[in-house]
Amino acid sequence: MKKKLCGLLFTALLTMAVLGGCADGTGESSGDNSSVVGIQQDIDSLDPHLATAAGTKEILFNIFEGLVKSDENGNLIGAVASDYTISEDGLVYTFTLRENVKFHNGNVVTAEDVKYSLERASGLLDGTALISTLGTDKGGITSVDILDEKTVQVTVGSANTELIYSFVAAIIPAGSGEEEGADPVGTGPFSFVSYTPQVGIVVKKNPDYWQEGLPYLDEVNFKIVGSAETALMELQGGTIDIYPYLTDSQAQALKSGNTHQVIASPSNVVQALFLNNAVEPLDNVLVRQAILYALDKDQINDFVGGGTGSLIGSAMLPTLADYYKDLNNVYGTGANVEKAKELLTEAGYPNGFDLVIDIPSNYEFHMQTGEVIVEQLKAVGINASINAVEWNTWLNDIYNGRQYTATISGVTCDQTPGYMLNRFETTSSKNFINYSNAEYDEVYRKAQAALDLNEKAGYYKQLQQLLVDDAATAFIMVPGNMTAISNRLAGYKFYPIYVQDMSTVYVVE
Amino acid sequence: MRYLGKKIITLIMTLFLVSAAAFLAFQIIPGDVVTSILGTEATPEREEQLREELGLNDPPVVRYFHWAADVLRGDLGVSYRYSKNMNEMMPVTELIGDKLPVTLWLAALSLVLIVVVSIPLGVLWAKSSSRFLDVSLGVATQTAMAIPSFFLGILITYLFGIVFRLFAPGGYVSYKQSFTGFIGYLLFPALSIAIPKIAMTARFLRNSMLTEFGADYVRTAYGKGCTKRRVMYGHVLRNALMPVVTFLGMIIAEIVAGSIVIEQVFGLPGIGRLLISSINNRDFPVVEILILYITFVVIFVYFLVDILYRVIDPRISEK
Repeated sequence: MKKKLCGLLFTALLTMAVLGGCADGTGESSGDNSSVVGIQQDIDSLDPHLATAAGTKEILFNIFEGLVKSDENGNLIGAVASDYTISEDGLVYTFTLRENVKFHNGNVVTAEDVKYSLERASGLLDGTALISTLGTDKGGITSVDILDEKTVQVTVGSANTELIYSFVAAIIPAGSGEEEGADPVGTGPFSFVSYTPQVGIVVKKNPDYWQEGLPYLDEVNFKIVGSAETALMELQGGTIDIYPYLTDSQAQALKSGNTHQVIASPSNVVQALFLNNAVEPLDNVLVRQAILYALDKDQINDFVGGGTGSLIGSAMLPTLADYYKDLNNVYGTGANVEKAKELLTEAGYPNGFDLVIDIPSNYEFHMQTGEVIVEQLKAVGINASINAVEWNTWLNDIYNGRQYTATISGVTCDQTPGYMLNRFETTSSKNFINYSNAEYDEVYRKAQAALDLNEKAGYYKQLQQLLVDDAATAFIMVPGNMTAISNRLAGYKFYPIYVQDMSTVYVVE
Repeated sequence: MRYLGKKIITLIMTLFLVSAAAFLAFQIIPGDVVTSILGTEATPEREEQLREELGLNDPPVVRYFHWAADVLRGDLGVSYRYSKNMNEMMPVTELIGDKLPVTLWLAALSLVLIVVVSIPLGVLWAKSSSRFLDVSLGVATQTAMAIPSFFLGILITYLFGIVFRLFAPGGYVSYKQSFTGFIGYLLFPALSIAIPKIAMTARFLRNSMLTEFGADYVRTAYGKGCTKRRVMYGHVLRNALMPVVTFLGMIIAEIVAGSIVIEQVFGLPGIGRLLISSINNRDFPVVEILILYITFVVIFVYFLVDILYRVIDPRISEK
C-alpha cells in the first residue's frame, strides 16, 4: 500500500514537472535596436475593423494603415492612397493609390484589396457595418468602384465633411478577413510577430515600408504592465522604456532619477461630471448651474492633474483650434460659492440636497477627482457622496441604462470635431445625460449638412454655447498625458489622438 | 476502494454545484461580455449582432446545459474576449494551458521553499533551549506573518529588483524562452508567497512538537533507552508532523488557487491574473473552467493529504 501511494505521488509530481517543463529553448534575444512600450490593458481584437478599445487602436496604428492616416498635427495625410479628391457635392471620393505599397506578406496593394476592405468595414459585404460611421445606413459608403488599377471611387449616401476621417479604416488583403487562422497583415511600419494574452504583442520592422528610412527600430514589444502601481518599478528597473500613462506622483518620483524624460502632452479625453438632465433635482437648470458655479476646476487640475490638464467649459477639445470656443469664463474656473447658494435657494433647495456620484473605480484619476468635487459641493450645501462602481456595471447601468444621477468619467474623442457634440442630440444613442433641446438638434442638423468648413465651425461654436447656457453637464478638463521615455530613446512623437507611433523612435548611443 | 469511489462522487457533485453557482452569479452581476467588448462605442445593432454570434440570446438554462454538455465531451469552448488571430478566438484550453505552468511552477517553488526552510527551522526552534533564539524567532515569525504578501512583494521588488538589481521588475521570462530565466524570475514571487507561510509553518511545527514532548510515549521511549536523537526524529517529529501536513495541504490549495495578488504585483501571466481579468471582461467560458480547475485542485490536495496521513501514520488505514 505504502509503495503504491508513493508511486502515485511521484506520478503527480512528474506530471506537474512535464506540464511546466515544455521548454523548447527557441528563445531569441531581442537585440539592442528594440524598445518595450508599457501598455495598461489587453487588446480587444486583432481585427482592425473590429477593435474598438482606444488601447488597442494605439497599437494597431503601427501595423495597419488606411487610405489616409493622421499625422502628429491632427491633419490627415495620404497613406495607402497618395492623393484623393472629393466631388463638390461631397458625395464622391476618388482615391489614387500610392505606387508600390506592399502588405507585410510581400504583395503589392491592389484596388481589389481596397475595395474589399472598404466593403467589409461599411457592411456592403455582409450587411453589418464594422465601422459604424462608414455604414451605409448612417449615410456612409453606398458603393466602391474600381476605375483602374490605381484609382478607386467611393460613393457615399450623404455629404459630410467629417467622413474623410473614417477613411483611416485599415486596408487589409482581399479575403483575409474570412481566412481561417490569418495573422493580421497590414501595410504599416511594423508587422505582426506574436500576441500572447496578458503578456503583450510583439511587432517587427517592415523593411518594405513606403516611407523611406522608416521605421528605425527592429522590434517593438508592447508589454502589458502588471498594474498601474508596478509600472513605476518596471520603468526604474529598465523592463519598459516608454510608458504613456504616468500619474502625477509617479512622474514626480521618476523625475528624481536621471533615467527617463517625463513629458506632458494634452490627451484627447474630455473629463466631466456628467449630470443626468432627466432626473430630479438635476432636471432643473438652476440646480445644474449651481453645481457648475460650485466647482473649482483650478483646484481639481492642481490636486489631481498636477496642473497639466487644460480646463474646458464645453464639449470640444481645445486642440481642435478652428472649432473650439473658450467658454471657461461663463461659470469661472474657480468656485463661486455665493452664486451657487443663491441659485440653489432660487431653485427651492436652500438647504441643498443629497447627491450620489457614481464613478468607475478602475479609473484612479476620476476617483480622485470625485473626492475633490465632493468637498467642493459640500461647501455650497450639496451633500455629495461617491459610489464606486466596477467598469462593466458602469457601462451597463450608467452609460447604456442611464440609471444614475451624476457620474464622473471621460470620453475619448477621435479627430472628428463633431464627435463630442454628436452625443448631445436628443435621439443619439450616446446621449447618456438625456440632454434635450430642440434648438440644439436644429443647429446640429445644419452643421452636419454644411459643406463649407467655416460655416460648420460657426455652427459648432453655437452648439458649444448652447450646452453652456443650459448647463447641460459640468465639463472639467482635458487631462494631460504624462509619458515617460527612457533616455536611450529619442524621436517619440506626440499625437492629438490616442496612438503610440513607434516608427520615428530610434535608439541614441 | 469504497473510499476512492466516495471521493470521486463527492468531487463530481461539487464540480457540478460550483459550475452552476458560477453561472448563476454571471446572470446576476450587471453587464455582459457584449457591453465589455463594445464599450462606449456600442450601437444597438452591433450589440444584437454580437449577442447572436455568441449565442447569448438563448435562455440561461439552455445555455448552461449546452455549455455543460460541451465540457463533458471535452470541448472547453473558446474565450469570448481573447483572439488567437484575426478571425478566430482563443480556445480556452490553449489560453489556460499557456498560463497553468506559470502558476504551478510558482506554487511548486513556493512549496519547496516552505518545506525546506520551515521544517528544519521548526525542529531547531523546538529543540533549542536558548532564550535568545526563542524570543528572536518568535518576533521574526510574528512579523513575517503580519506582513500582507502583496506588500512583501512590493518590498522584495524594490529591494532585490531596484536596489540590488538581482532581477528586472516586471521582466518576466517565458518558460518557452529560457527555463532557467523563468525559474530565476519566479524565485522572487515564490519568496513573497513563502515567507509568511514559512513563519506560520515553523511556529505550528514548534508548538506541535512541544505538545508531543509532554506525551507519555516520550517518557516510555526514553525509558527503554532511546537516544535523544531517536526520540526526536523517530517519535516526536513523526507525530508532530500530522497536523503540519494538514496545514501544508491548506497552504498548497491556497497558493495554487490564489496566487492572484502576487501575480498582479510581479506581472506574472498566471491563472490568477487571468481569472480577475476574465471576470472583469465577463468572459464566461474562461471563468467557468478556471473556477472548476481551482475547485478540483482544492479537493485533490485534500485527497492527497488524506493519503499522506496513512503514509505517516499507518494506524489510520488499519482502522
